[in-house]
Amino acid sequence: MIRIARRAGATALLIALIAAPLALASTTAAAAPRASLTDIESDVMCTSCREPLEVAQSPQADSERAYIRGLIAQGETKQQILNNLVAQYGTAVLGKPPAHGFNLTVYVIPPAIVAAGAAILALTLPRWRRRTRAAARAPAATAPALDPADAQRLEQELSQFRG
Amino acid sequence: MRRFAIPAVAVFVAAGLLALLAFGVAHQGTNSSIDAKVARGDYPVAPGAHMLLPILGSSGRESLADLRGKVVVINVFASWCDPCAAEAPILEQEQRQLVKHDATILGVTYLDNSSDSEQFVHQHGITYPVVRDVSGNFVRGFGTSGVPETYVINRQGRIVALSREQLVGDWLQQTMTRVLAQSA
Repeated sequence: MIRIARRAGATALLIALIAAPLALASTTAAAAPRASLTDIESDVMCTSCREPLEVAQSPQADSERAYIRGLIAQGETKQQILNNLVAQYGTAVLGKPPAHGFNLTVYVIPPAIVAAGAAILALTLPRWRRRTRAAARAPAATAPALDPADAQRLEQELSQFRG
Repeated sequence: MRRFAIPAVAVFVAAGLLALLAFGVAHQGTNSSIDAKVARGDYPVAPGAHMLLPILGSSGRESLADLRGKVVVINVFASWCDPCAAEAPILEQEQRQLVKHDATILGVTYLDNSSDSEQFVHQHGITYPVVRDVSGNFVRGFGTSGVPETYVINRQGRIVALSREQLVGDWLQQTMTRVLAQSA
């Protein structure tokens, strides 16, 4: 009986030892990071002044900050606060506009320009290199040959110098 | 021919980007054509009349079309705006007269959160209906670029007067006397 109790106690201890770190890990994973005004300010806009909230100085920016502080105090996560701000001020409050409609251009055009630039370079660079190599391989331009009369005169003058 | 292909594509892309930029800028700009039309007496139809806007402090929605047949003074405001606070008593005083003539003020909050707007309404004892324009799409139709702004809509749903600054003096009273007399 005592042996059974000891075995049960040991099993319980073992389970507790295994479960404790797992429980701690799951609690840490479940708890979202606490939102901070500084973090949120960098992701949202002052909607009246059309500036990032982190640099905006206006009555509306102050009102928006106070509203965010209130939501932080209520324990809302960053995502919940962003959703709340969109519900109150519209999508214009987001620093990064949602990817639909005309806003898609913000996400599509810059990568498209980079891709187009890379494609142009990929097409033109090999061509330029081929031209440069071909130019290097071409024989150097030679002077036109002298006609026999001039050659004879040149030879005579040179022989005078040679003495 | 192939020699000009890449520059042609580059020029085409650049022209496309410029056109896109022009389109974006044009849609960001304020609409001043309403001011010009009102000034010359060619009263434009109020835009977005059927746009349903959430009623402040309620789950209901209301549109300008719901008030068709009344003279409506649209006042665009925000709780953080000092000029809006300064003109709130003028508007509330006028509302008490307007209800006797089948007319009303319609407050529209813009660039504001609902809790601050509700507090503003409570503080200033506002009795006229207030709706929220969260997206700004309704007021942008009027060319609104800031707060406060005020538009007077006649019984036919046309903008007959507007003020793009704080209401001062007796502009509102004089305007309403004229508009109500015209639509009597």
